[in-house]
Amino acid sequence: MPDDVSLPIAEDFQPRIIAFFCNWCTYTASDLAGTSRMTYAPNTRVIRVMCSGRIDPQFVLAALRKGADGVLLGGCHPGDCHYQAGNYKCLRRFRLLKRLLTQLGIEEERVRLEWIAASEGDRVQKVTNEMVEQIRKLGPLRLEKIPTHPNGEAAPAPAEPMATATEGAVS
Amino acid sequence: MIMEKKSPQEELRIGVYVCHCGANIASKVDVESTRDFAAKLPHVTVARDYKFACSDPGQELIQKDIKELGLNRVVVASCSPQLHEKTFRNACADVGLSPFYVQMANIREHVSWVTEDPELATRKAKSLVAAAVRRLAFAAPLETKRVPVHPDVLIVGGGIAGIHASLILANAGRKVFLVEREPTIGGHMAQFDKTFPTMDCAACILTPKMSDVKNHPNIMMWTYSEVEEVAGFTGNFKVTVRRKARYIKEELCVGCNDCVEACVLKKDRVQVPDEFNVGLSRRKAVYMPFPQSTPACVVIDPEQCLQLMKGKCAQTCVEACERAAIDFDQSDEIVEIDVGAIIIATGYKPFEARRIAEYGYGKFANVYTTLEIERLVNASGPTGGELRLRDGTTPKVAGVIHCVGSRDRRYNPYCSNVCCMGALKMAHLIKERTGAEVFNFYVDMRTAFKGYEEFYDQILSEGVQFVRGRVAEVTDWAMTDEEKGKLVIRVEDTLVGVARRIPVDMVVLAIGLEPQADAGEIQRKFNISCSNEGFFLERHPKLGPVSTFTDGIFLAGACQGPKDIPETVAQAGAAAAEALCLVDKGFVEIEPNTAWIDEEVCSGCKTCIPLCPFKAISRDEEKRIAVINEALCKGCGTCVAACPSGAAQQNLFTDEQIYEEIEGVLSYA
Repeated sequence: MPDDVSLPIAEDFQPRIIAFFCNWCTYTASDLAGTSRMTYAPNTRVIRVMCSGRIDPQFVLAALRKGADGVLLGGCHPGDCHYQAGNYKCLRRFRLLKRLLTQLGIEEERVRLEWIAASEGDRVQKVTNEMVEQIRKLGPLRLEKIPTHPNGEAAPAPAEPMATATEGAVS
Repeated sequence: MIMEKKSPQEELRIGVYVCHCGANIASKVDVESTRDFAAKLPHVTVARDYKFACSDPGQELIQKDIKELGLNRVVVASCSPQLHEKTFRNACADVGLSPFYVQMANIREHVSWVTEDPELATRKAKSLVAAAVRRLAFAAPLETKRVPVHPDVLIVGGGIAGIHASLILANAGRKVFLVEREPTIGGHMAQFDKTFPTMDCAACILTPKMSDVKNHPNIMMWTYSEVEEVAGFTGNFKVTVRRKARYIKEELCVGCNDCVEACVLKKDRVQVPDEFNVGLSRRKAVYMPFPQSTPACVVIDPEQCLQLMKGKCAQTCVEACERAAIDFDQSDEIVEIDVGAIIIATGYKPFEARRIAEYGYGKFANVYTTLEIERLVNASGPTGGELRLRDGTTPKVAGVIHCVGSRDRRYNPYCSNVCCMGALKMAHLIKERTGAEVFNFYVDMRTAFKGYEEFYDQILSEGVQFVRGRVAEVTDWAMTDEEKGKLVIRVEDTLVGVARRIPVDMVVLAIGLEPQADAGEIQRKFNISCSNEGFFLERHPKLGPVSTFTDGIFLAGACQGPKDIPETVAQAGAAAAEALCLVDKGFVEIEPNTAWIDEEVCSGCKTCIPLCPFKAISRDEEKRIAVINEALCKGCGTCVAACPSGAAQQNLFTDEQIYEEIEGVLSYA
């Protein structure tokens, strides 16, 4: 089991959450939350993709492996995809991914998929806050052993929360 | 699979610019500390902070560094890329750096504006800067593609917005397709009697424009038609239009109405409410919506016509038509057109007054909506302009209720914008036509545009009584003899502080504006966004009021939000100008975020082929690999995420770039 639930969760635990948002709906909604000055928890880091269909489940695995405690995915509502059906593809992969995570012993609540339309800045706020609370309850993702690279080479260790800037230089 | 990292070819010289955005960023994010953090990141040659990076001196600062320090990558930590990515890309391109070597870190919308704690905000900003710096190592000097633009424009909706936009574009020499689903153009404005605040007759100012549309050589006016499907992208849309069967040869019909006279369905026995008169009169199976219908051409309702329904009718209409314009064999026609730009002007739906049961609409005969009164006072309306109650008598006291369905959490929280002025107009018209005493029940009086407050003053001086308070109920339950046989309006007069009962003969509900019932369908068809209420969403509430998030598609009129005629016309003009700007430019630049296949890696497994919604991927049978047609690819990246071998990649969003971004944000999260 990669996660030892018996370990206490530090009180000052700041969850590290990576969010993959689609350009047309959720990223725009996230901008709208900003324009509307809706404050929310500072724990998410948004990575923009053109469509939620671009979110390779391996991005999620990589994020968790590199030290994220949770991953949030955001796309357009069903039927509203800018590219017709990318969000459905995302949903399909997401379901499969959740099963995989469970098998790996990672709580499936650490990943969340949400449909957030461009006008729903308030949902970005709500979902982010909920997600942060959720991860706070689960505690840090403690991967006991780092999975090795498919080529046999060891993957880099997850970065420390306050890693210095010079670490992890482009190789 | 996780790709091997490729070392960048050239030595990286990155410049990082942290913008203060006045105090927008600097008041929350420690910009100096972020700058110093960035300066220590690998490959960063220079890091600076600046008050307004987007200003001319800000851009010049970056350009100067590119020239003098030999920067070959630029990170701008400022606002959303949706806002200023283009600005900085252009600035760099101007001094010879590929615009795709610019990376934005969104530290305003995603950080300073949404974070309470300055320390955590600074941390978040730093991690986004770190990600941007790392991501840039794998940027490629892509080329922007230029695609020619089709010069024609499609306008959806033939109300005043669509009419005005069509005329502007047609006068500028552009060919316009105006598609309207009703049998005539004109929209809601054609139903109005007078227009506030000048009280000019709606028909007098609208119908000349309608004929101009009809007669303009550059306008293809397609009434009784609907857009079925939209494909393509900005500059090159392919639109399928269904031209519904009218059962009339439009080119032959002159609108003489002889067939209407001849129709065997007796007018009083036919139970079809006349749509144009909002159900206040009845119409036959063959009808002209209103006398100035444009085109002046009748239409046959297939759900009413005996010939079309049962196949047996004396066909007196055919006999009556001297020009042999009736054609029962017509069927819907599907037409495909190519256009460069689209203006959506699909208008609004009046609020359904029955939803507010306590106001008694549909229960009490003499409770009307504003739209019904417009028809009743109109000379071409069902009563020839005589304002009478249902029993034929003239009202002596009338009550106009404001904010019906608007500013009410139970229905619509928003202000419908037009109803205050509309209700004042009602008060004026009722007084003018009947001499009745009129009470207006308002919540707040909103008369904020040119000449509007003066109009309010005028109505006040005409002796209309104003009661401030939201009406609780309209009832026929009389407490006194005086109230017997009347409708009683119960309201708290909040200026006096008493509950009042005011008996009236006629109640007029100033109904609000709602999105069209099928706005969601239109939204999906055209791939645009809706606000929470269901009105179409503009690109920017202040600076992009007629653009949408889909390039090449513009908005005009009440489909974007409640607005009155002057505002609608202004917006239609703006939308026409934007569309003209696009088609006159002659080309569009396409973001080169398309996908491509690494031939050496592709195993030809065909996983990607069925995933592409645009059929851009095919299989090269000779090489046994997948091939992406760049012209068809829209750059969603769905195939890239699915490729099991990592052969499919997306420009600007390669796996490497995203993995770098993940590591970058986590390196300082």
